Amino acid sequence: MIRAALALLGRDLRLAWREGGAIGTALGFYFAVIVLTPLGLGPDLNLLSRIAPGILWVALLLAGLLSADRIFHNDYEDGSLDLLTLGPLPLELVAGIKSLAHWITTGIPLTLLAPVLGLLLNLPIESSGFLVLSLLAGTPAVSFVAAIGAGLTLGLRRSGVLMALMILPLYVPALIFGVATVSASITGPASPWAPLMILCGISLASLVLSPIAAAAALRAALR
Amino acid sequence: MISLANPTRFLELVRIVLPWLTGLTVILFAVGLYLSFFVAPPDYQQGETVKIMFIHVPSAWLAMMAYTVIAIAALGSLIWRHPLADVAGKTAAPIGATFTFLALITGSLWGKPMWGTYWVWDARLTSMLVLFLLYLGLIALWEAIDEPSRAGKAAAILALVGFVNVPIIKFSVDWWNTLHQPASVFRMGGSTIDPSLLAPLFVMAGAFTCLFLLLHFLAMRAEILRRRVGALQQIEAQRAAA
Repeated sequence: MIRAALALLGRDLRLAWREGGAIGTALGFYFAVIVLTPLGLGPDLNLLSRIAPGILWVALLLAGLLSADRIFHNDYEDGSLDLLTLGPLPLELVAGIKSLAHWITTGIPLTLLAPVLGLLLNLPIESSGFLVLSLLAGTPAVSFVAAIGAGLTLGLRRSGVLMALMILPLYVPALIFGVATVSASITGPASPWAPLMILCGISLASLVLSPIAAAAALRAALR
Repeated sequence: MISLANPTRFLELVRIVLPWLTGLTVILFAVGLYLSFFVAPPDYQQGETVKIMFIHVPSAWLAMMAYTVIAIAALGSLIWRHPLADVAGKTAAPIGATFTFLALITGSLWGKPMWGTYWVWDARLTSMLVLFLLYLGLIALWEAIDEPSRAGKAAAILALVGFVNVPIIKFSVDWWNTLHQPASVFRMGGSTIDPSLLAPLFVMAGAFTCLFLLLHFLAMRAEILRRRVGALQQIEAQRAAA
């Protein structure tokens, strides 16, 4: 079973890599949103550095969500999802692995891009470490919860907008603790580690719970 | 509960209960509104605006109760594949969204004279707003899927995911920022609200609960009948095609 799981993970990663466009699109979207923000707010560097953690986090949520419908969509279109349901892996594990592949191909590249974009928003360079840590801790929750939405909207019209409406409210806790981590590392006096730990807890909980919900959603969609 | 699984029995029950429930709702509202407007004294600090509470607090309670009803119905439809549970979940969502909206609107009307602003990003307000968004997501999902059995399952999953998340959201925003007064009706050491204001509040809460039940029963009846009409039309169309 472990071999099947690893094979599936490898296949998803190779597909995402060779397809290419998907990763680049999410990164480009993230970049574009961050570039537009100072144009909307004016070039006041103090203001920008104060709101940088929030902007970086919100734009990352949107970029992650934008690419999330491809978690199941391509496999649903070409029928491999049906094969996976019949295969040896439990559907929960399939959903989990696909979310993990989404995290590796979207969450990690976005996280690595974030400190560079932080420079554009005048985020203090000492806080870049905590920015990356908070995103690394929080993006698994983003990918795994998005998989629920991807499963629920599988094969529907206007699935992207619908998914955003359903899933964005569920991102509130991750957003709050992620921003709290970065802000605490800039302004103090509270320690940034406390919200970071809670963020890790949120991610771990979604790691366990959302594959179950996503698999149930897939069963409802494929029946 | 099991015998109510049958929609026909449920419709029968609704037919018997409906006149009594309507009467009870009207009486409770009459008594509650009379108590609110003519008996309850103005608050020593808030003046007459305290009376907004008689709409605001029951709406907020009902907003949460409606989501609980949806979550229980979701369990019913996922575990027992109870067709009536689908109907209950679907019809409770718009009603719950309306109560949430009422709570938000009345709260902001009260906030203007008392806090000096219509809206603040406070924990309670934010978590109610997120609850409203969750309701909108549920309604949108019901609208997006044509086939009722798949829609029911998908909405049930989303409702349960949301139900797990509501406490997490609530605690995270509590931690984030707070201005709204803490729980003052049900708390350790008794209520902090004067009995003269508490009586109308409870009558209004009863009236709102009856109103919710009444609207929910009516909406469920309409939905069951709508599905029957849809099924009959399909049979008719098939017969015409053959």
